[in-house]
Amino acid sequence: MARTVTTQRKLVTTVFAWAIGIAIFFPILWTILTSFKSEAVAIADPPVWFNFDWTLENYATVQERSNYFRHFMNSVIISVGSTVLGLIIAVPAAWSMAFVPSKRTKDILMWMLSTKMLPPVGVLVPIYLLFRNLGLLDTQVGLIIVLTLINLPIIVWMLYTYFKEIPGEILEAARMDGATLRSEIIHVLTPMAIPGMASTVLLNIILAWNEAFWTLNLTAAKSAPLTAFIASYSSPEGLFYAKLSAASTMAIAPILIMGWFSQKQLVRGLTFGAVK
Amino acid sequence: MNTTFRALMGACALGALATGATSETITVATVNNGDMIRMQGLMDDFYAKHPDIEVEWVTLEENVLRQRVTQDVATKGGQFDVMTIGTYEVPIWGERGWLMSLNDMPESYDVDDLLPAIRDGLTVEGELYAAPFYGESSMVMYRTDLMEAAGLEMPDAPTWSFIKEAAAAMTDEENEIYGICLRGKAGWGENMAFLTAMSNSYGARWFDMDWKPQFDSEAWANTLNDYLELMNSYGPPGASGNGFNENLALFQTGKCGMWIDATVAASFVTNPKDSSVADKVGFALAPDNGLGPRGNWLWAWNLGIPAGTKKVDAAKAFVEWATSKEYTALVAGKEGWANVPPGTRKSLYENPEYQDVPFAKMTLESILAANPKKPTVDEVPYVGVQFVAIPEFQGLGTAVGQQFSAALAGQISAEQALENAQKLTEREMMKAGYIK
Repeated sequence: MARTVTTQRKLVTTVFAWAIGIAIFFPILWTILTSFKSEAVAIADPPVWFNFDWTLENYATVQERSNYFRHFMNSVIISVGSTVLGLIIAVPAAWSMAFVPSKRTKDILMWMLSTKMLPPVGVLVPIYLLFRNLGLLDTQVGLIIVLTLINLPIIVWMLYTYFKEIPGEILEAARMDGATLRSEIIHVLTPMAIPGMASTVLLNIILAWNEAFWTLNLTAAKSAPLTAFIASYSSPEGLFYAKLSAASTMAIAPILIMGWFSQKQLVRGLTFGAVK
Repeated sequence: MNTTFRALMGACALGALATGATSETITVATVNNGDMIRMQGLMDDFYAKHPDIEVEWVTLEENVLRQRVTQDVATKGGQFDVMTIGTYEVPIWGERGWLMSLNDMPESYDVDDLLPAIRDGLTVEGELYAAPFYGESSMVMYRTDLMEAAGLEMPDAPTWSFIKEAAAAMTDEENEIYGICLRGKAGWGENMAFLTAMSNSYGARWFDMDWKPQFDSEAWANTLNDYLELMNSYGPPGASGNGFNENLALFQTGKCGMWIDATVAASFVTNPKDSSVADKVGFALAPDNGLGPRGNWLWAWNLGIPAGTKKVDAAKAFVEWATSKEYTALVAGKEGWANVPPGTRKSLYENPEYQDVPFAKMTLESILAANPKKPTVDEVPYVGVQFVAIPEFQGLGTAVGQQFSAALAGQISAEQALENAQKLTEREMMKAGYIK
């Protein structure tokens, strides 16, 4: 029998959901609003909400001072590159853990996740020296490798969770029909795990796009992504909030738009198997 | 086939020629401040003079930049060919051989024109390790209208007791006007820059000649107690989170009667575009207590060349251009004298046109009033006015700054903050081998 939801309860839930949504979105909204203010209005106390002279001056300044397109392209190459490389490694790893588990599988998964608990600064100098010796400093390849390694535990965990939801009998049937391991993973497993894989890809791109420790420390002029672009607008002496907000808005806009258009896929993937 | 082969050979030859003519690219790491950004907009002049050199900029926030360039110079990472570094880093890095000497600058550069106080801070055993791009000190900026309404007149060289009197007279909490705004945010370059400079004028020092910490001295107690009294009675609420930018915002929106901070702020607070009090600002030297030293600091952003760079000549050509007298004239011609990088050359202050800039005289006098080799009343074993030029100071300064910021926030008493500062400094200096 279908559960009856009272109008009052529906109203409360809706108001609650909207309140949380607005609270989460507020910093982004404020950043966008500030980007259209002058520096003097940006620091006004009490804050000015909408009643100010809207200006595009900050965007013009940012555009004039920085090579936005180069930073943007670096962000795209680094985040997509690290995601693709991560998937190539993670799909077979997650397959073996989901369908051919050993008694140590859980321990390996926990160990992989535990690497995320290490503060990155703890390994900064060794990695910096390694990169210097390998000629990987300030290169896109170097950043793709680092970001792949950072996000690999999460990709493997997510894919493992999705793969566990797929009945092993289907893969067994494919094997009985003569499918090789390669075709089993590519032609049977992957299409069935598409929603989960899509959300893994999206999440990984977002994580790589926003990563600001390694991208700031291992880059200089050539491969610096949008995180470095934003960092260049913070100043210890002089007002910069409006220009920084314009730079931030330009940096988050692509990922925000991507997230907006793929939200269905993202939510479906993240809740995959949650109701079982 | 023969034709194709010839075409290929021709293309290769052209390619080789093009490669030979390719310019050398240097990477310059810098901070995001008005003078540095202005320089990036004037690069056409440099390219006209050096068509064979290209410059790529890496602009970073000060703390990020400091960490990045330190890491790179210490590991000889070679990512930067020119680095923007402060007067704190230059003597330490120069001593360690991390920077190229700039003693071989051409005669036309006129190294003797550099202000002695600034040049001394960049020289180690006779070797100049960085060229100053702009120098700054600290001074009092005050609201002339509020001072007048209070029936007071700011002397050119005030004392701390006058500052206290004026702060009390100017405070009008009902209208959100606070007599004085000072740095409270913890950090060696934040509240400790101000408090160390202030302590010099009270006769306090970080260490005695045997490197023993001195926070248990009466001079430090007087410094901290007066600072807390000023801020608690006449300062803005939440001052323990205020740094340069927060105080700048307060002053520009008319909420501070006085502000003691970097001389570079003068051009911001007098700019009518951003400041609502632009035409009501006066300047005075940082206060003293009649003991000799004033409570002002000395800082310069400088251009240094890391020892690991392979593009020494191109890097030197850039440093020479950016810190030359000709560059000063270029900025003046394009953007006006008020926007010239201040505080590095004597000739700038001898220029009658620059003397008309309202804050020029006070900036020069403030810089000349600071002595990095004898910053306080008693002798000290270190160099630096608002810092101690030893590698351990960044960590120490910030740790002590956290104690003083906590005292300002009312979390601990002044006595407790000084006791903690003494203990932690003793521990660190012992660990580092300065004392046994």
